[in-house]
Amino acid sequence: MKLSEIRDLLNARVIVGEDKLDVEITTAFGADLMSDVLSFARSGCLLITGLSNPQAVRTAYALDIAAILVCRGKSLTDKFIEIARELGIPILWTRFIMFESCGRLFQEGLTGCIRKTDGTEEKTIVR
Amino acid sequence: MSGDDLSESLEGIYHIQGRDFVDAGIVSSEVKKSLQGKGIPESIIRRIAVITFEAEINIISYAQQGTIQLFIEPDAVIIEANDMGPGIADIDLALQEGYSTADDSIRELGFGAGMGLCNIRKFSDIFELTSEVGQGTHLKSIVKLNG
Amino acid sequence: MNLETLVEALGLKCKCCWEKLKNTQVRGGYAGDLLSDVMANSSAGDIWVTRQVHQNIVAVASLKDLAGIVVVQGASPDKDTLERAGKEGIPILVTDMAKFEVVGRIYRLLSEG
Repeated sequence: MKLSEIRDLLNARVIVGEDKLDVEITTAFGADLMSDVLSFARSGCLLITGLSNPQAVRTAYALDIAAILVCRGKSLTDKFIEIARELGIPILWTRFIMFESCGRLFQEGLTGCIRKTDGTEEKTIVR
Repeated sequence: MSGDDLSESLEGIYHIQGRDFVDAGIVSSEVKKSLQGKGIPESIIRRIAVITFEAEINIISYAQQGTIQLFIEPDAVIIEANDMGPGIADIDLALQEGYSTADDSIRELGFGAGMGLCNIRKFSDIFELTSEVGQGTHLKSIVKLNG
Repeated sequence: MNLETLVEALGLKCKCCWEKLKNTQVRGGYAGDLLSDVMANSSAGDIWVTRQVHQNIVAVASLKDLAGIVVVQGASPDKDTLERAGKEGIPILVTDMAKFEVVGRIYRLLSEG
């Protein structure tokens, strides 16, 4: 699914990354805990979060996450936007809650970037 | 291993001020940038960026100040984090997933859920943690470059 | 939809209050890990999907009359959390699936009625 389709599906605003709307995204990860993202999210996924601080952008950058969808209409600071521009992370913004955002994207075919965790996950460090 | 002379492979040293939450994560971003273009696989760089991020958050959350040093050896990247902080009384307990002494200012950043040290251990090939109460904490993480 | 149907459809493990599943109605869903946000924005009857495990999640679910809590990604709820959930009658369900997947499946179930 293209980033532009995700935008349309969730009536989202493109805050950063107008030039990257053709990026193809197939997986997603929803979380408000950045340690959770750092632990489990995979490169190339869409990060769906209600956190809109610079640390969310830096987390996305650390993992080569394709884009961030800020949900729940959380207000964005200039600092957040500035860092997203600097690090080249596209930002979409929607008023939908995380449940609705994940639900709609799942219905349209996005999959989780991990299906499940199990005992071996902890030992697997190939990402 | 701490006796090895690493000075020749020092890639960068980053100073971190405790309780300075605004720029939390910036060292991770800087480390990642500095590792790019050196022929290190992207997946390895991601692991190092995660380790650095969590180590940085720990220093900011708990210590007055600290440093993160990055070393690039022919066969491994080494991340060392040293802080002047309260130290960890019970390391086994601190390494239990979900155990946390974080306050709200840390939780608001999306950290402090008791996953940080576990994440560092998870993404390290070799992980060493030593601490002295009232003095500080020393963390060493080695990520091998070939398997 | 009652909670038991949802639990069976997703293969969730019930850690507490299984006797309440049949008579608990799920009216919607909420996903999130920031307790203040869940307090502010969730609605009564929501099934709450989260990665948080400490006992404060029970207080939030109880105050907001949520249908239950699904703890995702293989996280195990603290002992205190389960004790408190038992006292307050809040079903705690666990799964190894990630939040996106769990929410997607619940969303699909709810929209199919």
